[in-house]
Amino acid sequence: MPSTFWMKLTFLIAMGFLALGVTACGERERDVDTAAAEGILLMGNGGEPRSLDPHLVTGVPENRIIQALIEGLIAYHPDDDTLPEPGIAESWEHNEDYTVWTFNLREDAQWTNGDPVVAGDFVYSWERILSPALGAEYAEMLYVINNAEAFHQGEIDDFSQVGVRAIDDRTLEVQLKGPTPHFLLMLKHYSFYPVNPRVVEEHGGMTDRQSGWSTVENYVGNGPFRLTHWSTNEVLEVEKNPDYWDADTVQLNGIRFFPIENVNTEFTAFQGGRLHVTNVVPADRIPSLREQMPDQLIIEPYLGSYFYRLNVTREPFDDPRVREALALAIDRSLIVERVTQGGQAVATGFVPEGITGYQPTDAVGHDPERAQALLAQAGYPGGQGFPETEILINTSENHRKVAEAIQAMWRETLGIEVGIYNQEWKVYLDSQSSLDYDISRSGWIADYVHPMTFLELFTTGNGNNDTGWSNTQYDRLIRQAQAATTEDQRIDLLTQAEGILMEDLPVVPIYWYTRVYMRDPRVQGWNAKILDYRPYKYVSLSTS
Amino acid sequence: MLKFVLSRFLQGLLVLLAIYALTFVLVALTPGSPFSSERAIRPEILAQIESFYGFDKPPLERFWTSLTNAIQGEFGPSAVYANRSVTDIIGEAFPVSIQLGAISLLVALGIGIPAGILAAVKRNTWLDYLPMSASMVGICLPTFVLGPILVLIFGIILQTLPVSGWFGPEYMILPAATLGLFYAAYFARLTRGGMLEMLNQDFVRTARAKGVPESTIIWKHCLKGGLIPAITYLGPATAGIISGSFVVETIFQIPGLGQWFVQAALNRDDFLILGLTVLFASLIVVMNLLVDIIQVALNPRLKYEK
Repeated sequence: MPSTFWMKLTFLIAMGFLALGVTACGERERDVDTAAAEGILLMGNGGEPRSLDPHLVTGVPENRIIQALIEGLIAYHPDDDTLPEPGIAESWEHNEDYTVWTFNLREDAQWTNGDPVVAGDFVYSWERILSPALGAEYAEMLYVINNAEAFHQGEIDDFSQVGVRAIDDRTLEVQLKGPTPHFLLMLKHYSFYPVNPRVVEEHGGMTDRQSGWSTVENYVGNGPFRLTHWSTNEVLEVEKNPDYWDADTVQLNGIRFFPIENVNTEFTAFQGGRLHVTNVVPADRIPSLREQMPDQLIIEPYLGSYFYRLNVTREPFDDPRVREALALAIDRSLIVERVTQGGQAVATGFVPEGITGYQPTDAVGHDPERAQALLAQAGYPGGQGFPETEILINTSENHRKVAEAIQAMWRETLGIEVGIYNQEWKVYLDSQSSLDYDISRSGWIADYVHPMTFLELFTTGNGNNDTGWSNTQYDRLIRQAQAATTEDQRIDLLTQAEGILMEDLPVVPIYWYTRVYMRDPRVQGWNAKILDYRPYKYVSLSTS
Repeated sequence: MLKFVLSRFLQGLLVLLAIYALTFVLVALTPGSPFSSERAIRPEILAQIESFYGFDKPPLERFWTSLTNAIQGEFGPSAVYANRSVTDIIGEAFPVSIQLGAISLLVALGIGIPAGILAAVKRNTWLDYLPMSASMVGICLPTFVLGPILVLIFGIILQTLPVSGWFGPEYMILPAATLGLFYAAYFARLTRGGMLEMLNQDFVRTARAKGVPESTIIWKHCLKGGLIPAITYLGPATAGIISGSFVVETIFQIPGLGQWFVQAALNRDDFLILGLTVLFASLIVVMNLLVDIIQVALNPRLKYEK
């Protein structure tokens, strides 16, 4: 009978699947065990890297890979982001007012194509990133260098007028626009990294955005690892570079970066033994993971600020009393303990804690009575007559939860009704930069460890101000701080500037970030870092 | 037949052209640019980048260039991923999607059609109720629920199959099952419906009265007609399985086309969006054309001359 035949076939196919799934493979050896034995680190790395050209990238996943492949003058310190660590430069000097820096390059540093790393490579690289034709998004980082801005804006064409020159192959001299003691910390940023001039010239030249030098076939680096394999949306592999000057320190034999965008998929991969370290953890799992996997759930401070921008060009946010009332009505400890639950710190100011030498302000707190009084003074007693306003968030469940908590706090304390609406990321960015919002959720992560990376945002005309706020005294303080001759003076000026920012409150600080991720206990030498970048050469895997 | 195929082919080209134009307009009207990011870019740098990718040209000129290039199979560079052209990206991701799609389709047909025939032949017995209830569950259970359940059972509790990735045959089992079972459910229902309709026809009653064996009735007289609904669905299902498996690709971290579709839209990667849309649209057009031809071949009642 045909029907029995079909019945049997169906049954066989179904059983075949079950058999394949349950028995055929047996219990698999976990990737994390195999890789640990081979000394290969398996890392979840968020998204697919857009490029590996240090002068064109802007994202965290790209940076994590570039850290393995290219080394700058100064490297990341194994456990303290506020300290410089010798990289390609083995030593350095500066003049008394920190405007002229001389770097002595090590003799044994070389590129993976065999070229030695010389001072001229840095001159070439900085000319490249500052060339207007390249259109590098991060070129502004180099504006600390004398005349860099003028060259980048096309005001001068002659790069020799820019404050960087190779005195000889092993000596690089940099002249800065103003005294900058934290220049060494800025040099850790990939925008200052060198590229190999020969390979760049061979593939399209200095200013070609689509130059093929940074593909897996052509890539030339000078870092502790070299690129061996890159399959899109799947995995990117690097292996130990035997020609790296400090190869003896490097303990890992390789790293595999997995571009897993979805947080749940990444977490499953960790559970299923496919990753040693994840990029993030799904926020709603944090409370249960604290109990179930406390030795693998890692929570570390992260130098970033979560805040709301207020559009001061719109009523009622043009009134500083309203802005202060909104800031004082938020119970931040409730938000970090009940909503975000990832160990975040209550923000008492805009610049987060963790920067050596900078005392965070405690200007912003929770004071419901004063908030009510201020709102009444502004003409809205008990919230009466308060215009209809809305909080703009980019589409994300976590941002919505925070916004709902704040909405409820404002309703209960101030008697005002504020709406919430979400926009897709790029639309949200557009709305924010064109001041098409009332209140906008925002975040800012430090580029380097200094309060300047946060406070310069709100100067008049800064492309990231996005609040319409402008304060001449604030602008002056930031300018003075940029030109200050001593670090004490600079910190003092920046403290004053933050005082003004937190008095006028175009932004309402909410919390300071933490990084929350999963880590296999076998991973060694992976220290808490406020910028979240770790020199892989100090990382190792124990096999026990 | 040739005339029919030719006219359907020309219709298909028109549809593609319309889709291309519409996509171009929609992409151009969408707020946000491929180059915007949380850190503001100076306007003069933005202008440099835009002119590099030709965004500074008037829309009509851009449309014309992109269309003429597209006709030659050249969709330009990705505006977001450096050193990668749209053709490269498709060339890398498409084979993966075809692999996943082919296996899933085999699962879908291998389970769906026999189950449907069985249910129709043994209607109103447990052999009908069981597969049909299962298929109802299959249709109702979205892949983003089924996928994680399978991962939980086979990947995490039993630890017999890898939870994600695309590195060998064992990595294909769970995603193909997730995607295939969902479509199997549809095929089972469609086949059952088609077979039942055929089994209730007058000629079947006549055949039975004449004493034709039941197996001949099912095999020779009913199967061809009974499969028509399933075959009609085969076109869109194939195209959908190959390029629309975004959820499954995300759950299992598979480097196929689905992920690119969504990433391209989120990144506003204009050229990539256009390239992928054309690819997907062509797939649907071609699949539907094939299905039309097969249908006509199977069902003489359809007159293709008209």
